[in-house]
Amino acid sequence: MTERLVIIGNGMAPGRMLEYLLEAAPGRYQVTIFNAEPRVNYDRIMLSPVLSGEKGYEEIIIHGDGWYIKHGITLYKGHRIVAIDRAAKTVTSDHGVTEPYDKLVIATGSVPFIIPVPGNDMAGVLSYRDLDDVNAMLLAAQSRAKAIVIGGGLLGLEAAAGLQSRGMDVTVLHVMPTLMERQLDPAAGYLLQKAVEARGIKVMTKANTKAIVGHGKVEGVELDDGTIIPATLVVMAVGIRPNAAIAKDAGIDTNRGIVVDHGMRTSDPDILALGECAEVGGQVYGLVAPLYEMARVAAAHLAGDETAGFVHSDTPTKLKVTGIDLYSLGDFADGDDREEIVLRDAAAGIYKRLVLRDNRVIGTVLYGETGDGAWFNDLKKKQTDISEMRDTLIFGQAYQGGSPLDPMAAVAALADDAEICGCNGVCKGKITDTIAERGLTSLDDVRAHTKASASCGSCTGLVEQLMTLTLGDSYNPAAVQPMCKCTDLGHDDVRRLIKAKGLKTIPEVMQELQWKTSCGCAKCRPALNYYLVCDWPDEYADDYQSRFINERVHANIQKDGTYSVVPRMWGGVTNANELRAIADVVDKFEIPLVKVTGGQRIDMLGIRKEDLPAVWSDLGKAGFVSGHAYAKGLRTVKTCVGSDWCRFGTQDSTGLGIRIEKFMWGSWTPAKLKMAVSGCPRNCAEATCKDVGVICVDSGFEIHFAGAAGLDIKGTEVLGLVKSEDEALEVIVALTQMYREQGRYLERIYKWAKRVGVAEIKRQVLDDAEKRKAYYERFVFSQKFAQVDPWSERVSGKDKHEFRPMASVGFAEAAE
Amino acid sequence: MSGMDWIAIGTLADIPLRGARCVNTPQGRIGVFRTAEEQVFAIEDHCPHKGGPLSQGIVHGASVTCPLHNWVFSLETGKAQGADEGSVRTIPLKVEDGRLFIALDVLASKAA
Ligand code: SRM
Ligand SMILES: Cc1cc2nc3c(=O)[nH]c(=O)nc-3n(C[C@H](O)[C@H](O)[C@H](O)COP(=O)(O)OP(=O)(O)OC[C@H]3O[C@@H](n4cnc5c(N)ncnc54)[C@H](O)[C@@H]3O)c2cc1C
Ligand code: SF4
Ligand code: FES
Repeated sequence: MTERLVIIGNGMAPGRMLEYLLEAAPGRYQVTIFNAEPRVNYDRIMLSPVLSGEKGYEEIIIHGDGWYIKHGITLYKGHRIVAIDRAAKTVTSDHGVTEPYDKLVIATGSVPFIIPVPGNDMAGVLSYRDLDDVNAMLLAAQSRAKAIVIGGGLLGLEAAAGLQSRGMDVTVLHVMPTLMERQLDPAAGYLLQKAVEARGIKVMTKANTKAIVGHGKVEGVELDDGTIIPATLVVMAVGIRPNAAIAKDAGIDTNRGIVVDHGMRTSDPDILALGECAEVGGQVYGLVAPLYEMARVAAAHLAGDETAGFVHSDTPTKLKVTGIDLYSLGDFADGDDREEIVLRDAAAGIYKRLVLRDNRVIGTVLYGETGDGAWFNDLKKKQTDISEMRDTLIFGQAYQGGSPLDPMAAVAALADDAEICGCNGVCKGKITDTIAERGLTSLDDVRAHTKASASCGSCTGLVEQLMTLTLGDSYNPAAVQPMCKCTDLGHDDVRRLIKAKGLKTIPEVMQELQWKTSCGCAKCRPALNYYLVCDWPDEYADDYQSRFINERVHANIQKDGTYSVVPRMWGGVTNANELRAIADVVDKFEIPLVKVTGGQRIDMLGIRKEDLPAVWSDLGKAGFVSGHAYAKGLRTVKTCVGSDWCRFGTQDSTGLGIRIEKFMWGSWTPAKLKMAVSGCPRNCAEATCKDVGVICVDSGFEIHFAGAAGLDIKGTEVLGLVKSEDEALEVIVALTQMYREQGRYLERIYKWAKRVGVAEIKRQVLDDAEKRKAYYERFVFSQKFAQVDPWSERVSGKDKHEFRPMASVGFAEAAE
Repeated sequence: MSGMDWIAIGTLADIPLRGARCVNTPQGRIGVFRTAEEQVFAIEDHCPHKGGPLSQGIVHGASVTCPLHNWVFSLETGKAQGADEGSVRTIPLKVEDGRLFIALDVLASKAA
C-alpha cells in the first residue's frame, strides 16, 4: 500500500526533496503539500531579478501546476498548517482541512526578523521574503517616492537595488560600520558601499533605528540620534529566524530551529524537517546549497536508505545585483595563526584577499573580479597545500603552471570534482559526464539534467565554457549570439533590459546598453523598433526610419522598384463588389499583373510608388484594408468552406477564420504570422503547416502551432483541444502574445517554440488560466493602438513624402 | 553652361531624419539622404548590384542598406562596404540656410 506523505511548506527545500524522491522511489508515497503561500514552488532566490524587472514571475517558477498533476501530488495553496496532532498523526490547516500522514515533513522555512521598535507594524513597512512582498514593493515603487531599506546585508542591498531601478529614491540604513560585514571584510565592504552609492543609492552605516514614524502610514525612520529620514516605504531586511513554531507547539525538540539528526529526523521518528527551519549539527542555514543537501538526505531516508547523512560545507555568497561582482567564502577573520595575501587594483576596482592557515586556504573575499572563486573554493575544500604557488596564488588559476591567460584553459584545468554550481553543489565531472552520456547540446538541457546554473545562474558562464570544452565547435551558445555588430548583447538580453530599465526610445536603448555605433544598423534598428512597439504599445512612437521599406510604405517592393498591393480578403472570402473594385483599379492604374496568392487573396503587382495612395484610396472605397502582406505581423488566415457547405465540415471554419483575422489584424509580431482554420481533419486549409492552425473536430477545436512550410518544412505541434470558438480565440491570442513578448526579431514561431519548449508554452497558455487571461489582455490592449489601417492613414496624407519625389529638376535644360 | 550650376531641390526639413527622398533628373534618379548627425548626401539612386532604389533603404551612420539585397553603401564615397564590390556616383551637394542645392552640371557633363 502506498504510504501517505504530508509536507508542510512548499519552498525550495521540499521541492528539491520531492524531485529526488520521485526519482528514487516513484509511486511509494501519496504526497500532499500544504503551503501558506497561495502558489506553486518558485525560485525564491530570483525574487530580486523580479523586483528589478530583469525577470518575470513566470520565469522563476520551478514546478508549475502541471508538474503536481503529473505526479499525482495534491497541493493545498494558501493553506497554513496550524496544528500537528502527533498522536492521531494528522495535520490541520487554517481552512479546516485535516490530513492524516504516515510520514510528515516540516519545511516551513524562516520568518523575517522585524526589529522591535515603535511603528514597525504601520502600513508601508514590509519585509522581503516572498512574492507578495515583491508585489507590494512594486506597487509602492509606482509612486517613485522615497524608500528606506533597513539592513545592509545581501537581502537589503538586493532590495535597495531593485527599488532604485524601479525609480525610487533609496536609502540603506545599516547598523554596522561596513556593508555585508558577515561576508566581507571592511575593505571589500567599503568598495561595495562605493559601488552601491555610485548607482544613486544612499548608504548610512552605524545607523541605529529608534522608531518608525508616521500617522497610520509610514512617513519616515527616526534614528538613535534623533535624525528623521523621510520615506513612504520601509523594507526591513535585517535577518531571518527559523520558523519552528508549529513544531515546538507539537512538542518536537527545537532549539534555534527544529532539531534534526544527520538523517533529517526530528525527535519524532515519523517526522522529518528540512530547509531553513531545521537545525542540524547545531547550525541553521540560509542559503540553498546546504538546504539541497538536506533535501538529498531527507529523500534518501524517505526512500528507505537509512545511511544517507548530511555533510556540512561552506557556501560562497554572491550578490545578485547587476554590475556588482563579489564573492565571499569561509572564514576571513584576522588571527595569530593566519596569514593573508591581498591584491588591490584601485583603478580597476579590484580587491582580492585570501586567508591562509598552515599554507591552506580557509577564506576568500573577491571583489570586482570573481572568476577565480570556484578555483579558490576547490583549493579550500581539498585543503591543497599552496606553498608552491604562493607567489602567484592571488592572481588566480590562469597564472599557475605558466598556462596562458585563457578562460577556457582555466576551466579545462579544473579538477573533475571542482564545484561549478554552488547553489546545487554540482561539480565539473558531473556536468561533463552528463553532457557526454545524454548527448546534451543546449544550456537548458544541461540545466534540466544536472541542475547546474538552474538556481541563481551566476555560474552560467562556467557551464557554457564546460559545454564548449566537451562539445567543441558543435556547441554554439546561441544565448550569447550578439544581435549584430553594434552590440555584444543578444536579443534576449536586449528585450529583458528594455523592460527592466524602462527604455522607451531607440536612442535611449543605444545609450543605456552601450551600442558601439552611433545609430545602429539595418539589422538592429528594425528589431529594436519591434521590441519597443511590442513592449510599450501606448507610449512608443513607431520609428518609420527603422522599418524596412515594405513596412514603411505598406506595400512589397519588387525587383524593378515597383510595388505590389495585397488587400485583406477576410478568411479568403470575397464577393462581386470587391472583385469589381479590384478590376476597376487594375484598369485605371494599368496594373500589369493580377495574381491569386498562396494565401487565398489577390495580389496586384507592378504598381508605381507614386500611384500607391491613389490605388489604396480606390480600394478603400470598396471597404478594403491593407493585407499586411509585407509585415512582420499577422498575414492571412486561410480557411476552408467548413460546415456551411462541406459535407464533412464539423464547425464553421470560415467564420472562425474571419473572426480570428478581424480580431488580430494589424498586430506586429517578431516574424510573419500565418494562420489557417480547417473544418475537419482532411485539412483543406493546410492548417498543420502554419504558425498557428485550427483543425475543427466534432468535439471542438484542435489548436495547432509551430508549423512551417517555407525554408523549413515542419508539421505543427498540437497545443490542445478546446470546446468553443471563444476559447479557441482566447488561446490563440494568448499564444500569439506570449510569442510577441518572447520571440527574437525574425524568429518564426516554430523556432521560438523549439527554444522555450512546447510543454512550457502549453503550461502558460493552456493550463494556466490566469496567465492566459493576462496575455490575452495585453494583446487586446496593444491592439487599441495597432489596429489602424495604414492605407487609409496614408490616403489621408500621412508620410506624403514617401510617395513623391522631392523635386524634378533639370528637365528644361536637358530638353533638346 | 559652365562651372558649377547649383540647382535648388528643396529644404533640409523635406527629408526625414535618418531618411531619404529622391529627385528626378534627366540623367536618372538621385537619392538625397539626411543622417542622424544632420549630414546630407546625394548619390545616384541605383544600386550597382541589381538596380535597387537606394533611397528606399535604411539609413544608418553615414551609410545606407539597399532594400533589395542588403548591400551597404557609404554615402560619403558611394563605395559598397564589406565584402561587396561596386560603387554609385556621388553628387555634389550644398546646404545653405537649410536649403539644399545639387550640382547638376556634373551630371550633364557625365551624361554627355
Ligand atoms: C505573393 C506570394 C506568392 C504567391 O503569389 O502566391 C508570396 C510572395 C512573397 N513571399 Fe511568400 N508569398 C506567398 C505565400 C507564401 C507561403 C504560402 C502560405 O502563406 O500559405 C509561404 C510558405 C509558408 C510559410 O511562410 O511558412 C511563403 C514563404 C515565404 C518565405 C519563407 C519564410 C520562412 O520563414 O521560411 C519568404 C522569405 C522571407 O519571409 O524571408 C517569403 C517571401 C515572400 C516575398 C515577400 C519575397 C520578398 O521578400 O519580396 C514575396 C513578395 C511578393 C509580393 O510582392 O507580393 N515567402 N510565402 C504569397 C502571398 C500570400 C499572401 O496572400 O500574403
Ligand atoms: C530575496 C531573497 C534572495 C535570496 N538570495 C539567495 C541567494 O542568492 N542564494 C542562496 O543560496 N539563497 C538565497 N536566498 C535564500 C533562499 O531563498 C532560502 O534559503 C530558501 O528559499 C529556503 O528554502 P525553504 O524551503 O527552507 O523555505 P522557503 O523557501 O522559505 O519555503 C517555506 C514555505 O513554507 C510556507 N509555510 C511556512 N509556514 C507554514 C505553515 N505553517 N503551513 C504551510 N506552509 C507554511 C511558507 O509560506 C513558504 O512558502 C534568498 C532569499 C530571499 C528571500
Ligand atoms: S517563391 Fe516566393 S520569394 Fe521565391 S520567387 Fe516566388 S514569390 Fe518570390
Ligand atoms: S540591388 Fe541593391 S543589393 Fe541587390
